[in-house]
Amino acid sequence: MAERDTEAPAGADREREVVTGDEGFDKMPRRTYQRRRPRQVIPDYVDWKDVDYLRQFIPERGKIMPRRISGITAKDQRRIATAIKRARSMALLPFVWE
Amino acid sequence: MANRTYEVMYIVDPDMDLDKVTKLNEAVGKLIEKEGGTIVRFDDGGRRTMAYPIKKKTEGYYMLYEIEGSGQEILELERRMRVNDMIIRFVTVRVDEDRKKAEKMRLKREKRTNQRSKFRQSAEEKAGTAPEASV
Repeated sequence: MAERDTEAPAGADREREVVTGDEGFDKMPRRTYQRRRPRQVIPDYVDWKDVDYLRQFIPERGKIMPRRISGITAKDQRRIATAIKRARSMALLPFVWE
Repeated sequence: MANRTYEVMYIVDPDMDLDKVTKLNEAVGKLIEKEGGTIVRFDDGGRRTMAYPIKKKTEGYYMLYEIEGSGQEILELERRMRVNDMIIRFVTVRVDEDRKKAEKMRLKREKRTNQRSKFRQSAEEKAGTAPEASV
């Protein structure tokens, strides 16, 4: 997606742009916008009983891995999170590991 | 009412005799059928260590029922489970909607790959026939 970097969609990364005051619009620094790609593919149905699969989203402390580290889509992250929570309620996964 | 699929998992007290546990499982199955549900699957997870102690117990018998029904039998089942001392924990998860969604996504993806291969094929054909036509 090389074209995407130079011509970021309007408004998509407006917050990231740095306004430098009086320099004018032509001199405004253009931040490169890199579209994130999910780092792994999540199956269509996440089974909450499949502990071994869910384990990979749980670092040593027992917390759910944040999205910025797991690198999966928001939708998938939600599904993984609910599956982990269900497994926790049945003592399949711990709430905390000491 | 539309048919729904549920997964009911419960943990039985590890100090109970195995006979009692099987009896309880039978009782649960009977109750489900009496209330108008059908059992799709029954899984005996056996004795396994829990991730954290519940009621001062570190192990438990894990049982899993997959039930199809209206939801009325779940109501009754949960009410009974709550008062049963042998069951130390239970959970019910409705799975039919998520499965339907998964199926939908799978079909969508299949369709897309089909279309892509079709497009590629037609493009190859065009590329193959075009020089011949010009000659």
